[in-house]
Amino acid sequence: MRHSRKLAGALYAAPVAVFVLVFFVAPLLLVGRMSASDWPLLAGDRGINLPANYEGIADNPLFWPAVGFTLKYTGIVVVLLIGLSLLLALIVADRRKGTGFFRSAYFLPTTLGLASASLLFFGFYSPAIGPLDPMLEALGLEPVSWLGTPTAALWSTVVLIVWKFAGFFMIILLVGLQSIPPDVYEAARLDGAGRMQSFWHVTVPLLRPALGLVLILSVTGSLLAFDQFFILTKGGPDNSTVTVVQLIYREAFQRFDLGAAAAISVVVLAALLVLNIVQFRALRKDA
Amino acid sequence: MRFPKRRAAAVLAAATALVASACSGGGSGGDQEVVLEGVDDGTTLTMWTRAATEAQSQALVDAYNASHENQIELTVIPTDDYQTRVGTAAGNQELPDLFALDVVFAPNFTTAGAYLDITDRIEALDFADALAPSHLEVGTVDGARYLVPHTLDLSVLFYNKDLYAQAGLDPEQPPTTFAEFAEHARAVDALGGDVEGTFFGGNCGGCFVFTWWPTIWASGAEVMNEDGTESLLDSPEAQEVYATYRGLVEDGVVAPGHNEETGATWVSYFPEGNIGVMPMPSTMLGLMPEDMNIGVAPIPGLDGGESTFVGGDSIGISANSENANQAWDFLRWSLEAEQQVELLAANGDVMARTDLADNEYYAENPNAAVINDLVQVGRTPYSLNFGQTFNDPQGPWLPLVREAVYGDPDADLTALNDDVTASLGS
Repeated sequence: MRHSRKLAGALYAAPVAVFVLVFFVAPLLLVGRMSASDWPLLAGDRGINLPANYEGIADNPLFWPAVGFTLKYTGIVVVLLIGLSLLLALIVADRRKGTGFFRSAYFLPTTLGLASASLLFFGFYSPAIGPLDPMLEALGLEPVSWLGTPTAALWSTVVLIVWKFAGFFMIILLVGLQSIPPDVYEAARLDGAGRMQSFWHVTVPLLRPALGLVLILSVTGSLLAFDQFFILTKGGPDNSTVTVVQLIYREAFQRFDLGAAAAISVVVLAALLVLNIVQFRALRKDA
Repeated sequence: MRFPKRRAAAVLAAATALVASACSGGGSGGDQEVVLEGVDDGTTLTMWTRAATEAQSQALVDAYNASHENQIELTVIPTDDYQTRVGTAAGNQELPDLFALDVVFAPNFTTAGAYLDITDRIEALDFADALAPSHLEVGTVDGARYLVPHTLDLSVLFYNKDLYAQAGLDPEQPPTTFAEFAEHARAVDALGGDVEGTFFGGNCGGCFVFTWWPTIWASGAEVMNEDGTESLLDSPEAQEVYATYRGLVEDGVVAPGHNEETGATWVSYFPEGNIGVMPMPSTMLGLMPEDMNIGVAPIPGLDGGESTFVGGDSIGISANSENANQAWDFLRWSLEAEQQVELLAANGDVMARTDLADNEYYAENPNAAVINDLVQVGRTPYSLNFGQTFNDPQGPWLPLVREAVYGDPDADLTALNDDVTASLGS
């Protein structure tokens, strides 16, 4: 009896286990193997050449600037995204007339793929085909080079990402807000707490799990930024918006060197792993 | 009833043998006998091409399928994804029977053994000498030929005849020197309003090589050494090209947006009718508004002469194709006079051959004839590391040319040129 229950359990778990093995563990092992090998894209595995691929990372003049840029971009995006999505969640938290409309409106950009959204914004920003410059000119203003300078290119991309993801994080925070029992606010009010006090001392602490999830998702997502820069800026102008994942792409598909690309991937994976452990620990300790 | 163990083992062994023989029986791989004229026996062939040259490929494939037993299944892949898809497939031996390729990337694939050697088949063609010479050359490794020209895309000057007339220039006299090109651009720009002299993709390495190198070639200089391992892009001729464009930028003769143009929209300016003269891909000819009065001219050298970058796609049979004779049947057919004239020239496209210019369609379309004549003199640069050096937005060419055009006017380009050489030789 116990034996057959065990067997049934294993059978139920088997599909997931197979899925994880095939789509997660196997590729991971392959990347590890690639990172240790001389592996040209067109020719395939040419044998071990440790540690050349890893040494090459440090020699790559684009690597450290890309790390710096990726961190800077992540900092900006995470602060803006969490701030804005929390604000949006608070605005639409109470059921009033019209909240349904605003919830849908804020969430709508989430339903678009990132590549499609990037192409859409590329069109908006384009001096050739975009509507923004003609609109500015109609208002008697000078046209703006939306992607032409390093600063403009960074902020134009940040606007896209915040527009695209604020609604998604709003939903997560909204669920968090709705799970806070009204009694707690009631008790705080009886104790004489004002609106701001109950926000900082009731809402924020009780929203911590949702905020933690939003933090981890937005940090990880931003550190792995690729599509938006690939489409909007191609890393330019003058290599000012090259992210780490773009370097991986460049090694693999411009320089045809899968070994070097895999080595950077392994380093990024290790960094993300450490970062996520730190984030989880920090969030758990304070809770 | 119990199944005897020994019998089970015997059945298993027999089954395994059967499966194994079934697997090995099908493909004869590259060992098949070469039939020089090709074979049309109802085989289904697979073919890949990139979206940029879809129109021409599709026209050829449709006509072939309609008239042959063999059937080709054409897959069109987005241009930006093409390298990724084809490269990955080559590494995994999963290439289709036929695949076209941006000709500048050809050396990567021919030297990696992704294409089948078709030297004998090409030599057996009675028009072999007429195939676009620069494409053939780039598809050759140590005397072995792997590729034939498929769709050609040349850089040529487009100029707006109406704007020329308004600016007091002769619409039938396009620039014949590079200085004259700049003069014309300035003259048109002086019309003012929405009208601009010229345009270029200032953040697009591929656009620069395609449109600026012909002036260097036409002036008798080279952009790389013969092996494609050393950059010569700080030569006096190259510097004069940069300086001329720099002057045009400083005087506001170039339409706004050039500085950030990554190559996605650089050809969309001219057809709107406000640009005087600019070098563009010849494939744009068929996409111009019908009521637009445009002229086409070769890109001139500093003191005259003419050249062009012969781009576009070459095509070959993949090394792992099991239908090489059938695949060649399509390639041979597509290069025959009738298809070249009726499917390409009739559409205003450049032909893969230089001996068919005297046809009824070009007689009515002098711009297309001008372009086709350039195939003979044009160049296709060769380097194993071409893409990662010149097309890659993070490659070393873009910093060199951007410094020369937008940076410090007295900058010494030697170090930046050395970076290009380092990338070519790595």
